[in-house]
Amino acid sequence: MLSVRALKRLHISVSFDLADGECVALQGPSGVGKTLLLRAIADLDPNDGTVRLDGTLREQVAGPVWRRRVTYVAAEPGWWSDTVQEHFAAWDDALPMVTRLGLPYTCGPWLIQRLSSGERQRLGLVRALMLRSKVLLLDEPTAALDSSSVAAVESLIAERVSNGTSVVWSTHDNAQARRVGSRILVMSADGKIEENQP
Amino acid sequence: MTYIQLSYGDLILPALLVLMDGALSIVLRLRLERQLAIASFRMVLQLVLVGYVLTFLFAAVSPLWTALAALAMVVFASREIVTRQKRRLPNLWGYGLGAGCMLLAAGTVTMFALLTALRPDPWYHPRYALPLLGMILGNTMTGISLGLDVLTNSLVRERAAVEACLALGGTRYQALLPILRDALRNGFMPIMNSMAAIGLVSLPGMMTGQILAGVEPVDAVKYQLLIMFLIAGGTGLGTLAAVLGGAHLLTDTRHRLRLDRIVTEGEV
Repeated sequence: MLSVRALKRLHISVSFDLADGECVALQGPSGVGKTLLLRAIADLDPNDGTVRLDGTLREQVAGPVWRRRVTYVAAEPGWWSDTVQEHFAAWDDALPMVTRLGLPYTCGPWLIQRLSSGERQRLGLVRALMLRSKVLLLDEPTAALDSSSVAAVESLIAERVSNGTSVVWSTHDNAQARRVGSRILVMSADGKIEENQP
Repeated sequence: MTYIQLSYGDLILPALLVLMDGALSIVLRLRLERQLAIASFRMVLQLVLVGYVLTFLFAAVSPLWTALAALAMVVFASREIVTRQKRRLPNLWGYGLGAGCMLLAAGTVTMFALLTALRPDPWYHPRYALPLLGMILGNTMTGISLGLDVLTNSLVRERAAVEACLALGGTRYQALLPILRDALRNGFMPIMNSMAAIGLVSLPGMMTGQILAGVEPVDAVKYQLLIMFLIAGGTGLGTLAAVLGGAHLLTDTRHRLRLDRIVTEGEV
């Protein structure tokens, strides 16, 4: 279980729990700090508060170890090498997931610069899913996708959730929030969150 | 060993060439004339002053005065490093990193040369120690400035890529590795280019100076080789220390990217 207590980053001050195999949707107007919150949980920015995973305090493990367990997936994923497959430790193992999300199995040697934003978003998601993290922090993971790709991503994540992965899914799409989330956390401009039932 | 002595009057005609550059800048509206005038004035003033200072130091041959002069050179060089950065580390960090790396690199290499190849008596003799330190400092300063400039600019530009690697559980050094390589390559580039072109395209200033002062070309070449080896060593050591130190300061122990520690020009 992920436990977030009095997490503070700039104007944000948040507490909530996330059970194993639970997916919560995170909503709120643009600019209220949803990305800041997800990044703070992943410990990508300096922040205060207590965050535990299965009882282990975040500060008890090294930053990289924490982020392999609690993984943040950005809305616009970054790329540090030239081709797609260079970003994967085991490209062949990633292929079934890549093709399931509608990308051709030949896309490994493709140059990153030739990818559309939708292709980048799906590959960024697969890259993170390969870590098999305990918690996924998804920042608008389908914002750049068409409806069939959205369905493929939702089904893939649902499978992970049923296998015990916990997910915080940030989205502006109310229908999607109701579809994917067992609860909906709504963030307001003052940096607080309220819980709504889907 | 004889050489043709110059009077200050002999410098007037060559100085007209700089005036010609200024006139060209005005005619072509390059807006460089003010900068050129300030740079020329600084150059003349600094060189005349250093001439008198070195005359005093060479006569004194004091370890204290030599150390003070060396320290002043390092302080000025680290100030130059900071002012050349568009994005820099705030105040003390920026100066400290520049000065520390300069002292480490140029100091170590100069001492190494004084105690092994040159062996003057006494070993700190300012006639050898200060010109040597000056040449190494000048080149190390260029390497460090370029390295740090590429490091900070690339971190800002490639933030998404660095943070993607960090978010996937990469360590700060794994995430920064492509940028570190770029920064180091850029820092080493001037000395590498200079080593490749020396003798074929350019005759270095020190060697030319020695030849004009009556030293046999073969002896001047030996000195130049010594200087080039020392500069290459100093630049390598200094740039490596500065780039790695900069990367360390722009990340933290939780392996997070800390671009909030960068001050952009105009924000100071």
